[in-house]
Amino acid sequence: MGRRIGRRAFLAGLGALSGAWAAGCRRRAAISRAPLPPGASPAPTPPPAVEPPPVPNAAQAQRYQGVQLTYYGDSVGIGAELDQQLGARFTQDTGIAVRVIPRPQSASEAYATYLRFFQARSAAIDVLLIDIIWPGAFAPHLLDLRPFCAGEIDQFYPALIANNTVADRLVALPWFADVGLLYYRVDLLERYGFAAPPATWEELEVQARRIVAGERAANPVFTGYVFQGNAYEGLTCNALEWLASVGGGRILERGRVTIANPAAAAILDQARGWVGLIAPRGVTTYQEDDARNVFQAGNAAFMRNWPYAYALAAGPASRVAGRFGVAPLPAAPGQPRVGTAGGQQLAVCQYSRAPEAAVELVRYLTSAPVQVYRALRGSFLPTRPAVAADPRVLAAEPFLGPLQAVERVTRPARDAGARYNQVSTAFFQGVNQVLNGADAVQLLPRVARRIERALA
Amino acid sequence: MSEVVVPRPRVPTAGAPRAGAPSLAARQARLAWLLLSPSLTVVLLVAIFPLVQTVVLSLTTARLASPEPARFVGLSNYAALLGDYLFWQSIGVTLQFAVITVSGEFVLGLFIALLVNAQFRGRGLVRAAMLVPWAIPTVIAAQMWKWMYHDVYGVVNDLLVATLGVLPANVAWLADPTTALAVVALVDIWKTTPFVALLLLAGLQVIPEELYEAARVDGASALQQLVQITLPLLRPAILVALVFRTLDALRVFDVFYVMFGERPDTMTMAIYNQETIVAFADVGYGAAISMVIFLIIGICVVAYVTLLRVEAP
Repeated sequence: MGRRIGRRAFLAGLGALSGAWAAGCRRRAAISRAPLPPGASPAPTPPPAVEPPPVPNAAQAQRYQGVQLTYYGDSVGIGAELDQQLGARFTQDTGIAVRVIPRPQSASEAYATYLRFFQARSAAIDVLLIDIIWPGAFAPHLLDLRPFCAGEIDQFYPALIANNTVADRLVALPWFADVGLLYYRVDLLERYGFAAPPATWEELEVQARRIVAGERAANPVFTGYVFQGNAYEGLTCNALEWLASVGGGRILERGRVTIANPAAAAILDQARGWVGLIAPRGVTTYQEDDARNVFQAGNAAFMRNWPYAYALAAGPASRVAGRFGVAPLPAAPGQPRVGTAGGQQLAVCQYSRAPEAAVELVRYLTSAPVQVYRALRGSFLPTRPAVAADPRVLAAEPFLGPLQAVERVTRPARDAGARYNQVSTAFFQGVNQVLNGADAVQLLPRVARRIERALA
Repeated sequence: MSEVVVPRPRVPTAGAPRAGAPSLAARQARLAWLLLSPSLTVVLLVAIFPLVQTVVLSLTTARLASPEPARFVGLSNYAALLGDYLFWQSIGVTLQFAVITVSGEFVLGLFIALLVNAQFRGRGLVRAAMLVPWAIPTVIAAQMWKWMYHDVYGVVNDLLVATLGVLPANVAWLADPTTALAVVALVDIWKTTPFVALLLLAGLQVIPEELYEAARVDGASALQQLVQITLPLLRPAILVALVFRTLDALRVFDVFYVMFGERPDTMTMAIYNQETIVAFADVGYGAAISMVIFLIIGICVVAYVTLLRVEAP
């Protein structure tokens, strides 16, 4: 038996340890706030206290008081926090308890989770957040919302409603739209003498190389361009933008696999050249938040990401607040400026034990006041034209106007149906191999054959 | 005096069977089966029934949550598996990983066990502290190491490049295919060496001290003692440790999944299996993959037990 430590000595030791730990935690550098350079997108100015709006359909919803709903909601960025607050407000106004569970971060993981629940015909989920590419695959397991929301359907963008309608059943209501954007550092462009953000991929390389060469001396980990290069669905979005912006096709067109073409091979080989030169070598392991963390800490000149990153990069915890802007992604000369269409829809599970209460929650979350609230607080793009024209939303999302020029390109989920996951996996694994050093000209035909086998 | 003949009472001789009744051995056998039946039922339900179901599923085209019913297709899933380049690549990755980690853990574990077997002050504390990596859940440890190996804001790069100056520039440990397997093997060795050390320590403590005393009297060096006394007597413990670790290494999933996801060049057999069944919802093909993995692991275990057979002295 060792020597017993006296009580005083023990407490003194504990106090010393706590003090050391607290001192270590307080090492946050002060955020420098330079004056706004000309051309920078202004930071969104949220009204002083933005509260979740009252529930417009509270009267109908109160009929289901006391019901407990489970909502599988957002887990990326600020969405999770907003989900919690909206759920609490809904409970406060209607008496329906809402349990908010953040679904898995990676889209592939969330898909697998839902599939497991559907296979078991589980009543564990009532309301779920589904990606824009999933209505086709999940339609048999989702409730038809048409009888419940007949009056509101034409208040959404028709293209999104059409995307969510499978065999004349509206299986999900569009909640927010997403499109891939180029974030750029306005102060660095100005410092190195560039008048505007890059319009072509070659211009991006030139600008990034010059900025990196200049900044590396002061910041050895500074990098040029960060994007989502990990082997997951996000890479399908990035790579589709590369392909569509140079005339390389859109993976599946009218049932035929079109990726094995010279333009696609050329842009993928060009992207492979970025890795290690203007993009960090580890970019092939980055997802959305990895790229955002690098850009937000001031360690990157350009970033490709979804609009959710705007509010976070302009917020108080960011080192680039007031020093960045947004623009459409570059494209080859003569080709359209594109962005992959993303966004999430809200659906009600077919096997839910309280479908009417779940529909009321969906109607609240997709209502116009809530979409304004989410646009102001989280820079989520609205799915109602009326909300997109609201002056408060336009002030909060200054890029909303210019982005009307971006052509939304969609992933081939409709063509692939329930096999979309296999198609996408074959595609993103191939692109990831190219980014890691493989030759696109040789790899693309093999990827095309894999996709064809998956669809057979 | 006349003798009184008292009839001797009939005492039943022990062991003499009544006609038609079961023998003691048979009765004991029946009792044994009765007492074993609960655990046999559990094993049947939990292990045998899923195994049979997997075999049956591997002969069909079953898909998860699909409206069309499964069709029986015989061995065509296995035929497709033979030509599946990705599957063979994943087997290669898993075998490479197993060889590296099992040998690394064995050598390090033996070294640590020998060290901790000696008498020194604070030995109890060291033995407890050495188990900490093993106690941390694998997923959490893998995520922690993933952040540490990050190429822009990771601690490992900061230490090697900025503080110690050993490397000229940040290295993307996880992204670079040449370092990726080494990195994940290091994480696994860090995590499970304590487990191997513990198993070997238990084996070391059974070896009688007199053998070493006799060897020292005979003038044997430390190396000779290690090779001729310790290792042979440690054989049962070594077998247990190797079988455990090899099985775990062949089935590895969580470390690779957290650090790499579904990257094709670092995909293990278990990740490929999970991707097929869960992401692609292709249960029939996934069941065939499961059966082949089961066969591979079975072969490895049989090989081990045969090669390292512990003979009675």
